[in-house]
Amino acid sequence: MSGSHDDRRVGSDAAAAATDLPATKRVGIIGAGKLGMTLARTALAAGYEVAVASSRPAERIALSVDVLAPGAVASTVEDIADSADVIVLAVPVHRFRELRSDLFDGKILVDAMNYWPDTDGEDPELTAADGGSSVVVQAHFPGARVVKSLNQLGYHELDDYTRAPDAPDRIAVAAVGDDRLAVRAVMRLIDRLGFDPVDGGPLATGKLLEPDGSPYAETLSADRLARRLSAC
Amino acid sequence: MEEREYEFGLDSFMTVTVGPDGEPIGGDQVVRDTVEEGVLAEQVGIDSFNIGEHYRDDMMDSAAHVVLAAIAGRTERIRLGTSVTVLSTQDPVRLYNNSATLDAVSGGRAQLVLGRGSAIESFPLFGYDLREYEEIFEEKLELFVKLRRGGAITWSGKYRPPLSDVVLTPPLPAGHLPTWVGSGGSPDSVIRAARYGLPLMLAVIGGRPERFRPLVDLYRRALAEYGHPTDLPVGLHTLGYVAATDEEAIETQWPYWLQTFDRASRERGWRQPTRAQFDAETAHGAMFVGSPETVAQRIAPVMRALDVDRIDLHYALGQIPAVQRRESIELLGRKVFPRVRELLASDPGDHKVMAGSVAPGEVASPVRSTHAPVAR
Repeated sequence: MSGSHDDRRVGSDAAAAATDLPATKRVGIIGAGKLGMTLARTALAAGYEVAVASSRPAERIALSVDVLAPGAVASTVEDIADSADVIVLAVPVHRFRELRSDLFDGKILVDAMNYWPDTDGEDPELTAADGGSSVVVQAHFPGARVVKSLNQLGYHELDDYTRAPDAPDRIAVAAVGDDRLAVRAVMRLIDRLGFDPVDGGPLATGKLLEPDGSPYAETLSADRLARRLSAC
Repeated sequence: MEEREYEFGLDSFMTVTVGPDGEPIGGDQVVRDTVEEGVLAEQVGIDSFNIGEHYRDDMMDSAAHVVLAAIAGRTERIRLGTSVTVLSTQDPVRLYNNSATLDAVSGGRAQLVLGRGSAIESFPLFGYDLREYEEIFEEKLELFVKLRRGGAITWSGKYRPPLSDVVLTPPLPAGHLPTWVGSGGSPDSVIRAARYGLPLMLAVIGGRPERFRPLVDLYRRALAEYGHPTDLPVGLHTLGYVAATDEEAIETQWPYWLQTFDRASRERGWRQPTRAQFDAETAHGAMFVGSPETVAQRIAPVMRALDVDRIDLHYALGQIPAVQRRESIELLGRKVFPRVRELLASDPGDHKVMAGSVAPGEVASPVRSTHAPVAR
């Protein structure tokens, strides 16, 4: 890792390994689709306690969870909001407004959603958001500590590309957010999942991590991803 | 163990190809070429010929049943179906009319794959809201399953006018029109197929196909939960291109693959496609490209690993000229598929071992599933 960036906000970061943060034990995933289930499996493999919830009752997703992410718990959105240390939002982007605005107050909320008008339908508010979709997500959940991350790779790449910390072909995943402690906690999570975390700066730079944003959907090393984000 | 029956099919999206001058040929010519390809598929021993559904300038597959009926008139054995019908934006009644008529015309050879589709241009075209695709598909699938069973139908829902004691024509003989549910890997769509007791067609167009195995397990577990037989067939739709040698196949397919995915990356905001990505896809991903032996040696282990009964190969990706498309069909029918049958006969894999080991209702998850069997 380089550690030589002038701008502290952008860089593959030793802070991810810092030990001054409360440890994340429980990861809650909202969304039981392709991305949610893949993340559940990856987080279990990394040693986290994992719960998955969707808009439906827990028993409706129990079978999927049991087969696709054995070891995870089929839960409810409310239970996850209560008990998880880090919550990942992995629902179709046109559905997140159905979740209550105060549900995640005080919680670290990783926005892993992508806005694709081609698959989600046109959403005027998201289309108009200069700072990207996560700024709109933050506005909907004003009390949540929103971090945009885990949205840049295809869901199966989150399965296939996890690597040990010293692996030469380990790829990077960026995190952006305005709550710097939350970003650091998410970076530590990314590291433990098997990717090199890169601090991409404030939430509004998240636009760069979206479809058509420059480094979107690229498998890059941490240094290259950090350089690409600085150059944008 | 009794011999397992496999289906080796082809999928066409009726892509606009280029002529000898390198320029795109006319859409009407593409339609006629497709009919010829369907006829050729039967001649070389392929089991089924299936057409997609798109509404865009580089694909002419907007009216599959018409093309399939033309093929039916010139063939006797090959099954004729859709590689996916975007049920969400079709009227299930009209789909029944077309499909039952195709079944009659072809002497009982019609089949369908129903899906939400990954292409979405039909939603604005036919006046549907993309954000409701889940609800629309659910309602229309439920209706279509009823229509396929026949008899007098009384039904009401949100997305089409109610039906009161309606009998659709022509009648479908019992057991005709095998109808599969297509899935791109969403757990919900896999469970939906199981809920209706319909066979499952998995579409894998990128990455290692073997990673879909957990979804096959999920499907069989869900079938058990819903009280259906757990050995309903599972199929795989994927991409391929065959030529005489590996080098010829790879170098012919590469520029057209690049062009196709370059367009897709601009439309969908994906990364720019690269040669490294193409090489990875052909080596162990969802592109079965090469000589007949190479492709057979790739297909057989994937079918074993996924425990599938059917494979539909999209047999030439992008604008590959008609002459080479026909060569790919010939090699698939005469060499690749027979060779895959041979390989599977000598080692069928661990067919449905998992399914047999699961008792209905058995769920180890902390929250017990309480799915009720679907009302028939």
